Amino acid sequence: MSALMIRDLHKSYGGLEILAGINLEARTGEFVALVGPSGCGKSTLLAMIAGLETVTSGEIWIGDRLVNSVQPKDRDIAMVFQSYALYPTMTVRQNITFGMESRGVPKAEQAEAVKRVAALLQIEQLLNRKPGQLSGGQRQRVAMGRALVRDPKLFLFDEPLSNLDAKLRVDMRTEIKKLHHRVGKTTVYVTHDQVEAMTLASRIAVMNQGSVQQFDTPKRIYDRPTNMFVAGFMGSPAMNFIPARLTGSTSIAVRAADGSDATLALAAPLPAGAPKDVVLGVRPEHIYRFTTDLKSRKPAVEPIQAPVELVEPTGAETLAVLRLGDLEITGRFEPDDAPIMGETITLGIDMSRACLFDPATKALL
Amino acid sequence: MSTHDLTVPVAAPATPWRQRLGTMVPILVLAPSLAASFIYVFVFTLWTLYLSLSSSSLMPTYGLVGLDNYASLWANRRWNIAYTNLFLFSGFYIVGSMAIGLLLAILIDQRVRGEAVWRTIFLYPLAVSFIVTGTVWSWLYNPVDGIQAFVRGLGWTDFSFALTANRNTAIYAVIITGIWQSSGFAMALFLAGLRSVDPDLVKAAQIDGASVSRTYRKVILPTIAPIFLAVAVIQIQFAIKTFDLVAALTRGGPGVSTTFPAIYVYDLMFQRGQIGEGAAAAMMMLAALAVVLVPYSLWIVWRRRAEGRNG
Repeated sequence: MSALMIRDLHKSYGGLEILAGINLEARTGEFVALVGPSGCGKSTLLAMIAGLETVTSGEIWIGDRLVNSVQPKDRDIAMVFQSYALYPTMTVRQNITFGMESRGVPKAEQAEAVKRVAALLQIEQLLNRKPGQLSGGQRQRVAMGRALVRDPKLFLFDEPLSNLDAKLRVDMRTEIKKLHHRVGKTTVYVTHDQVEAMTLASRIAVMNQGSVQQFDTPKRIYDRPTNMFVAGFMGSPAMNFIPARLTGSTSIAVRAADGSDATLALAAPLPAGAPKDVVLGVRPEHIYRFTTDLKSRKPAVEPIQAPVELVEPTGAETLAVLRLGDLEITGRFEPDDAPIMGETITLGIDMSRACLFDPATKALL
Repeated sequence: MSTHDLTVPVAAPATPWRQRLGTMVPILVLAPSLAASFIYVFVFTLWTLYLSLSSSSLMPTYGLVGLDNYASLWANRRWNIAYTNLFLFSGFYIVGSMAIGLLLAILIDQRVRGEAVWRTIFLYPLAVSFIVTGTVWSWLYNPVDGIQAFVRGLGWTDFSFALTANRNTAIYAVIITGIWQSSGFAMALFLAGLRSVDPDLVKAAQIDGASVSRTYRKVILPTIAPIFLAVAVIQIQFAIKTFDLVAALTRGGPGVSTTFPAIYVYDLMFQRGQIGEGAAAAMMMLAALAVVLVPYSLWIVWRRRAEGRNG
């Protein structure tokens, strides 16, 4: 059974359309990430699921209940906000019990629930402090505690890690993943950080301009993005887009740095009716230094000459900016095997991992 | 790293007078106003205290007479009325203008249409001086050509509205006028406070199932508690130095029913030539302020210490 079902959801303010026909579904226990650039409508969608924004048209189902006109408090949800939204004048304990108190839960039961959640999140020693006396990570934990204590059907996270510094963000990301593993609640998680989405989610909805571009597992989204937006948004450094021309049913030609055409064999034949001009999408990690040994291990690797314009060592890997025709592409190399600035190397492009897009529709071929 | 460079004294002959000037400038700039505040606040307060213990009449004299001035002050019925009025007025005026200001702020905060227009209307009284307010309201209260005359003109010939004509109700006319004047100011501060509350807090309370009134009582208003204090402190000092409003509205009358300490001090010092007793009355006004402000500042200090301990 699905814990959350969204059908043809629309939202507009006056004439401005924010969400244009969203279809989404989260199975019980699933972790769904909504990811996209700012202004794509992901936070609005989350607010609509929470009941903080009205629905223009379409349906939102939580469990087996249509909740379009149900008050937020009756939706059986809990939410963690970007700013944490802890009540500043209350202690941590009061923050956690505020919801139960509003609902008239007996005191003994409240105390029991606080104890359980505090133990789960290891915030027992903070219970009598005020939010102002907590660090960013502790506040984050308390905000999660306030959500967890309700034992809701659905957990909503609105960019919960974006106020933390880089190191803490990684720690808390791990913690959220562990927590989800332990509690097993259906979760909808909004983020603009594609790494967060990839690491946490069991399925990702990539959004742009008010519609879901692709809704699939992280692996499928990374390997087979349905269009150039998804391909460019997910992954860092971004996928390289190289204009190419069909020269047969199983080969394409791309322009090399010296202006000549290089022919690359495709790993699989294109479907009939593919356009003459295509865009070849290659992720930086699928670009290698070409050797015969590599060719024997990965038969789909195709060679092409490219001058090295710039080398950026990051420690764990070395990024190289390479010239191809009149555009620059990025390759990711082992530091030991990295090219040197100024040399021209023979690249091996793994065509079995490459994607081809239609430049007119931007869709995957 | 070269961080140790910062601690090593540089053997620079870089014009020490210039450096000294650099540190002197803020002091020099602040000095006149600091000196003025010191003289006007502390020196004059002490001088007034001394005068209140002296036999000064038309001119200051320096023969001490002990607490005679205070005794004669408190024996005076008019002063007792003035002092009672001060507390009556302050209480109603502060509570009233804060309550109405808060109500207006909450209503405007509901994203009403034409918010800017409402805000301007409610803030307008503040732009008018107490003298103008007092004069206009004295016309409104006037039974012959004010509100009473207007309503009677509409046909309700029994209608009676003559607060300022009765010595028992005149003080309430002053209170109402004061509230009218400053509830807009309270509203502006409260509205700024309400607007500074993180909207996510309200959303969180909504999801937590708190009603609108519970959200205001438990979440929003406690968050802006410092603004309540700020408004109260500003209003209190307005209230204690009330002079021009009463001077224009009722001139302390009917009889002496709306006399205020400030009016009384002015009267004694500059009309009747009893500087000693006037100074004693002024010291009593200071005492009234201290009753409010000393606990307030003690509380601030205590809270800061408490926060320091917990933090």
